Amino acid sequence: MEFKNADDELHYFRRRLTGAGSFVLFAFVVLFARFVWLQVFQHSYYQTRAEDNRISLVPILPNRGLIIDRNGVVLARNYSAYTLEITPSKVVDLEKTIDELEQVIEIQAKDRKRFKRLLEESRNFESLPIRNRLSDEEVAKFIARRYRFPGVDVKARLFRQYPFNESASHLLGYIGRITDRDLTTIEERDMEDNYRGTEHFGKSGLEQKYEFDLHGQTGFEQVEVDSSGRAVRVLSRIPPVAGNNLTLTVDAKLQEVAEQAFGDRRGALVAIEPATGGILALVSMPGFDPNLFVDGIDTQSWDALNNSLDKPMINRALNGTYPPGSTFKPYMALAALENGKRTPQQTIFDPGYYNFGGHVFHDDKKGGHGSVNMYKSIVESCDTYYYMLANDLGIDSIAGFMRQFGFGQRTGIDIEGESEGVLPSQEWKRKRFKRPDQQRWYAGETISIGIGQGYNAYTPIQLAQAMATLANNGVMYRPHIVKFVADTKTGAAIPVEPRPLRTIPLKPGNIEIIKQALVGVNKEGTGSRAFVGAEYVSAGKTGTAQVYSLKGEKYSEGHVKERMRDHALFIAFAPAEQPRIALAVLVENGGFGAQAAAPIARQVLDYYLLGKRPKTPAPADETDAEED
Amino acid sequence: MLRNLWQRLVAPIDPPLMALAALLLGYALLVLASASPERLASQALNMLVALVVMRLVAQVPPQKMMHFALPVFVIGVLLLIAVALFGDISKGARRWLNIGFMRIQPSEIMKIAMPLMLAWYFQRHETTLRLREYAVATLVLVLPVGLIAKQPDLGTAILVFAAGCYVIFLAGLSWKVIAGLFVAACASAPLAWSLLRDYQKSRILTLLDPESDPLGKGFHIIQSTIAIGSGGIFGKGWGQGTQAQLEFIPERHTDFIFAVLSEELGLIGITVLLALYALLIGRGLMIAANAPTMFTRLLAGSITLIFFTYAFVNMGMVSGILPVVGVPLPFISYGGTALVTLFLGIGILMSIHRHRMLVQQ
Repeated sequence: MEFKNADDELHYFRRRLTGAGSFVLFAFVVLFARFVWLQVFQHSYYQTRAEDNRISLVPILPNRGLIIDRNGVVLARNYSAYTLEITPSKVVDLEKTIDELEQVIEIQAKDRKRFKRLLEESRNFESLPIRNRLSDEEVAKFIARRYRFPGVDVKARLFRQYPFNESASHLLGYIGRITDRDLTTIEERDMEDNYRGTEHFGKSGLEQKYEFDLHGQTGFEQVEVDSSGRAVRVLSRIPPVAGNNLTLTVDAKLQEVAEQAFGDRRGALVAIEPATGGILALVSMPGFDPNLFVDGIDTQSWDALNNSLDKPMINRALNGTYPPGSTFKPYMALAALENGKRTPQQTIFDPGYYNFGGHVFHDDKKGGHGSVNMYKSIVESCDTYYYMLANDLGIDSIAGFMRQFGFGQRTGIDIEGESEGVLPSQEWKRKRFKRPDQQRWYAGETISIGIGQGYNAYTPIQLAQAMATLANNGVMYRPHIVKFVADTKTGAAIPVEPRPLRTIPLKPGNIEIIKQALVGVNKEGTGSRAFVGAEYVSAGKTGTAQVYSLKGEKYSEGHVKERMRDHALFIAFAPAEQPRIALAVLVENGGFGAQAAAPIARQVLDYYLLGKRPKTPAPADETDAEED
Repeated sequence: MLRNLWQRLVAPIDPPLMALAALLLGYALLVLASASPERLASQALNMLVALVVMRLVAQVPPQKMMHFALPVFVIGVLLLIAVALFGDISKGARRWLNIGFMRIQPSEIMKIAMPLMLAWYFQRHETTLRLREYAVATLVLVLPVGLIAKQPDLGTAILVFAAGCYVIFLAGLSWKVIAGLFVAACASAPLAWSLLRDYQKSRILTLLDPESDPLGKGFHIIQSTIAIGSGGIFGKGWGQGTQAQLEFIPERHTDFIFAVLSEELGLIGITVLLALYALLIGRGLMIAANAPTMFTRLLAGSITLIFFTYAFVNMGMVSGILPVVGVPLPFISYGGTALVTLFLGIGILMSIHRHRMLVQQ
């Protein structure tokens, strides 16, 4: 381009300049529009985002509710301790960091293993404990070197503690770190907010069943944070509300006495207050130490618990099902009276066996009991009497009567893990088996049902509930462990009302006949040796449940391996006139009920009624018992 | 006597430009006092240095500047080559040259050297401006820009490139050619894309969708946009910006200081800033329009438009409509180098304005 003269050139330049100026204006208008958009139209959106940036809600964990026995003894509590925790997302080389930490604070192999486990289970960016229960000295040592360990910190935390260790472990249950499954439970309850920051959850027993009572309300602190997440100041605070305390119907001392009575034998004991259904003691032996689970159990202990032949993690009182053996007989006798199939005086002759359609059912006593009426049949525990009676009643009549006492149904006790058991009937067999020939009920199968063997299988708590119902003259309560929940906020105690499930229509006279026979058992019958010299009148019944069936042979303890030995059972209530306690005892592979189970019941009753504390486990009666 | 001295001191200074620059500096101190109070004193010192530079340059007649154009440019290019060969690396970029007693950033020199050089070139060929001259000018422009972009310093490269383009545009490159170049630029965009470094590409991608990487590359844009938006019309009040004070805004005293200003002083504060810039640019364009020679016109025009470019690129980037490139907010951002360069420009404008009559006579 060529300019003819300076004026032309200036003119042209100014036009370009005007163009550029217009562009500048246009660009500024665009910018201004952008700012109006952000600051006027989108203002509230960005306002919220800025607040979200600035304000962080920090949960403050509530103290978990205590578990207290009926006399005020604390069974589960919390204590504060320091833990050394690592936030994995903030640490580059975990192994190296732990190695370096080891120079400062003792870290054992099991701590490392547990940390690894927690790391695998970890669901977010939470910090995980590498060491628990630091001493003050250890805390000081670490704090002085903290700068060397980014992502590692000492935290004060509340720990759950079960001061009686293995005692009542199945009943109390335990808490452990929250898993995905627990999270689902929390979400179903819409409790996510309340569980922010919570790391533990009830896994079994009361800790599980009453989790949402025990947990309490999480408090929150509104904290202003800077971009690195450091708290600058507290804006507001909602204090946490501690969880509700549970007061139990359980007597912790009685529980301990019962556990000690077992010694190192396996088994279960359930003691109930007949008038309320309140559980006085619920024992499953062996137990476990719930404290192991609180910080995340180490692999070794976990394997030891799981692989033990004694299966300590199983709650035998609720989950184990056993044939009731002769403890079934009093209910059979009551059924006979109610149905008019027998009178108390009516006698049968027992030659020592019962022949049904060519099949011989043996009585335990060689040569038989001779002439037997109802009282004698219970006191001496005559089998033949009940072989005949079972045949006379028929399976469905037996099942119909027994169902009223709760046999073969869950009791609805307030902890999880109950088994249903088996109350055999024609209908049950039809449902249970597939092949038509299996589905059929054979009359011969009814015979051994009469003495509590065969398909019969009940949980110890069902046996105890039935005993309590009989002691209570047919008024049946739902067994429960928690007496009341103390609301921390209002201070009100919300009682778990004793709920009569039903009243079984029984003739009082018939009940009296059975009760007297049961008193006879402990006075002059199979239970008399265990109850010699008792300062109260008790009612009981021994029982032996076959584990291993010996066809036609006489059962002899010595010849059978320990695990194949029969289970010993005993049911009882006392005092006989005004029952305050009813119980069922089961000793796995204990042999005869009179020898292994009855002495345990004696110690429990002695303590509960008289306050007598035995010094040694209940002695197994080693004298040769003739029958059961 | 004293009065005489003062007269001599202020004689080369253009009052409207001086007033606008002073207002901007005052504004800068106000915002910096909130964003980073501990840097207030050192920035005040930077301002003092910049004002001295301005005053010194303002008394240099444009004819003398013409003498400097070629040597300064050549030295600048040589230094850029030296940087490419022996420069210090800092934060992944080779931008600094260690010359023994101090470290210098030669790319900064090019911001002024480039318009100076091109204005001088066009002045020399004033009577014979054909396509050939424009082509040579383009070559003169592209070489240093390429060196700077390769450091890499995209922000400075853009500013230097813009400065050169303004000169060529104001020198009268025909619209047809401009249109042709524009089409060619669009067509070669994919090629340019492939030449960009990964981090530069990701900045552009981040601009398109900052939320795709909220904790990484998008963090800066998201946080500064939140700061601006949450400021509203009246702002949260000086020193009350939560985004600024709680350190959610990155680089809040340098490249992102505009976010602090917007959050705390709101749309009102932005309007004041935009008005100051507009007036300053207006005054600069006026000076250019009245400049006596081609050299002074082109130089004044392009320096003025460089002020605009600084402001536009920075505000655009902080508010999320342009990719993140390291361009400070003119007059406001903390830092001595950029400030000195800006006031060098102001000084040149003042000199051109003051000497307009002298030349004509």
